[in-house]
Parts: sequence; C-alpha cells; structure tokens
Amino acid sequence: MKFSEEQIHRYSRQMILPGIGGKGQRKLAEAKVFIMGAGGLGSPAAIYLAAAGVGTIGLADSDDVEIHNLQRQILHRTCDIGLPKVESGRKTLESLNPEVKVEIYCERVTSTNIQRIIKGYDLVLDGSDNFPTRFLVNDACYFERKTLISGAILRYDGQLSTFKPHAGGPCYRCLCPEPPPPGLVPSCQEAGVLGAVAGIIGLFQANEALKEILGIGQSMAGRFLLFNALNLSFTEMKIQRNPECPLCGENPTIKELIDYTQSCSTRDTAPLQTSTKTLD
Amino acid sequence: MNIVSDKDILSKNKNGLQVGEEEHERTFKAQEVAKELNLKGKVCPYTFIESMLALEEMEIGEVLRVIVDYPPAVCDVPKSLQNEGYEILDVSPTNETDWAILVKNTEFK
Repeated sequence: MKFSEEQIHRYSRQMILPGIGGKGQRKLAEAKVFIMGAGGLGSPAAIYLAAAGVGTIGLADSDDVEIHNLQRQILHRTCDIGLPKVESGRKTLESLNPEVKVEIYCERVTSTNIQRIIKGYDLVLDGSDNFPTRFLVNDACYFERKTLISGAILRYDGQLSTFKPHAGGPCYRCLCPEPPPPGLVPSCQEAGVLGAVAGIIGLFQANEALKEILGIGQSMAGRFLLFNALNLSFTEMKIQRNPECPLCGENPTIKELIDYTQSCSTRDTAPLQTSTKTLD
Repeated sequence: MNIVSDKDILSKNKNGLQVGEEEHERTFKAQEVAKELNLKGKVCPYTFIESMLALEEMEIGEVLRVIVDYPPAVCDVPKSLQNEGYEILDVSPTNETDWAILVKNTEFK
C-alpha cells in the first residue's frame, strides 16, 4: 500500500509516533474490527478507530436511534432519530473518514449468527448493554480465537479488560462464570449512566484495540481496570485464568454457544465484580 | 530510546564535521545513494514522514538522500529519523536554499 498525499496528511500526527510509522498505519488499514453495539461504548470507540484509519469496522446493533440515546451515543445526531443505529453510525463514520469500510449488521446477534459474523474480523470490541449478549460475545470470541476488548459502564463507574484466552489469558467467564439471574439488579433506565463515562471507557477500548493491532504497549489481557468518575479513580487488578472456568478451564462444560434469556425489566442483571454493572 | 537533541544536529550543521570524522566523511560520501527524495516545498512533519516511508521500503544498508528547503526540517528530519533508529550520515547545504540529508537504513527493528 502506497500512501497518498492526503493519507499522509490525514494520519501524520500518529504516523510520526514511535511504534507506528508507515508500517503501523498499514496494519491499521488492513485491520478489521467488529464492534458489538452502536451505543454508548461503541460510538466513541468506532469514531476513534475510523479516525485512526482502521480499514474495516463492523457495527452490529438491532435498535433504532431514540432521543434518550443522544446523551451518550455520539455516533448519532438528533436528525437520526428513528434510523437504525447501524445506518446512522455508518453515515457518521463514513463522513469522518471515507476510506473506512463500514460493514453493518442490523440484526439481533445470536448463537446462530455470531460466529459467522465475527469470523472475518481480527478483533472484537464488546459495547453491549446486557449480560446475555456479553456472554455470547465472550463465548463466540473464545471459540473463534478472537481477541475481545471488553468495556462496561453504569452510573459513574466503568470497567475495562482484554480477553485473549487463545494466548493464555483469562476469558470473561473466568471472572464471572454465569450470567447473574434476571431481576437481581435494577434496569438500565433506573440505574442511569453519565455520558462522559461511556466516552472514557469506549475510548479506552479504542486505545486497547489500536495497541493490539499495532502490537505496541502493554496489553490489558490479564488486567482488569475499574474506573470511578466521581473520585476520578482507577483501580487495577491482576486477573488470571480460572482452571475451573466452564468455558476455557480444564474441564469445560460449555461446548457450544448459549442464548440466555433477557428480561425486559432487567437488561443488566448483575455486577461483574463490585458495584460496576453493564450498560451500553 | 536514544533521544537526539537539536544541539547534536546543529553542531554538525554549523561547525561542519568534527575532528576525527574526516575519514568517515570520505567513506560515506563514496557510498552509493540508493534513492533520492526531493521534498522541496514540503514542511514538517511531512518531510519526516515521507523520508521514513521511503526508508521503510528500502533494503537494510541502503542510503537515502533527502533534499529539503524548509529550514526547520534541516534540524527536525535528521533528529526524528535518528530517534527512529536510522543512521544520519550527513546533513549539508547544497545551495543557498536547499539541504541534503544522507540517511542509512539500519537494522534496528
């Protein structure tokens, strides 16, 4: 790939960085990143990945844009209300960087289609807003040996990790073996989230995706970050592979993908670790 | 990473070669320039990026000659290339407006 004058100008501020250069920029152009959810996390992640010149971005979301999304889901504008989120998202990304190929999946991602969808991607970012999808994405990434960059937010809290069980690290189920029972925690409408928290965690996901593609820096695999916006505090924990993990442990009991049911009143059913729960 | 200061580059530009380097000078001038890049009219950081892109496509050990006429590039391009690990062989004016930077593609990666 020979860079055009326009490409050199567009990406100049990152091409001059140690560890990127022309080679890194080519890696980004060849990279294919799948983003689960065009919401609070997927929006900032997708925007920065497109801006950085990631060649192919897959966006999956079956929802339409609604007015209450706009407080945090920055892929969408007021004039996009009523449009499928993936259509609105593609429009935003293409207007930002026409070089990026945006593949959209305006369908519910389930056990029957997820492996087919993610097969063609190098990396998966989870920006889903519910545990059934979160577990489905984790399991599919494990079976397909895809690196998963996981982010979650609720209220003023966020969390981040990278799961690479194919490279020896833990998976999401090593931390949380099963989805919490429906009804355990308040619905996302009740819980709320600060838009800026979605932006921060979504951008951490984009940052980790860029690092994984470029092969630079310290991966978040084996590390788990907790963020609190009110204190502006970060807590990092080391996490290890769980030998008793039902998915990637020594005696796995999960051999195929599972579609967990989702109660409409409890889209987010439980915390992962502490008070931090998931919301798009 | 070995950071190169402006002073390092300028001490060579302004004072010419330091004592003991004349032999080295004759050696590298004799080296064959594998590629020449005319970056006249271009400003930083594009001067550096285009030099780096050219070097990335060259064989290890090959020498690139970069011509610039943007004064800050005379300092910045060699410094940035050196920070990336490339070997700067020479920086010298070729006429009243232009400078030639000789840089060797090295096996640092």
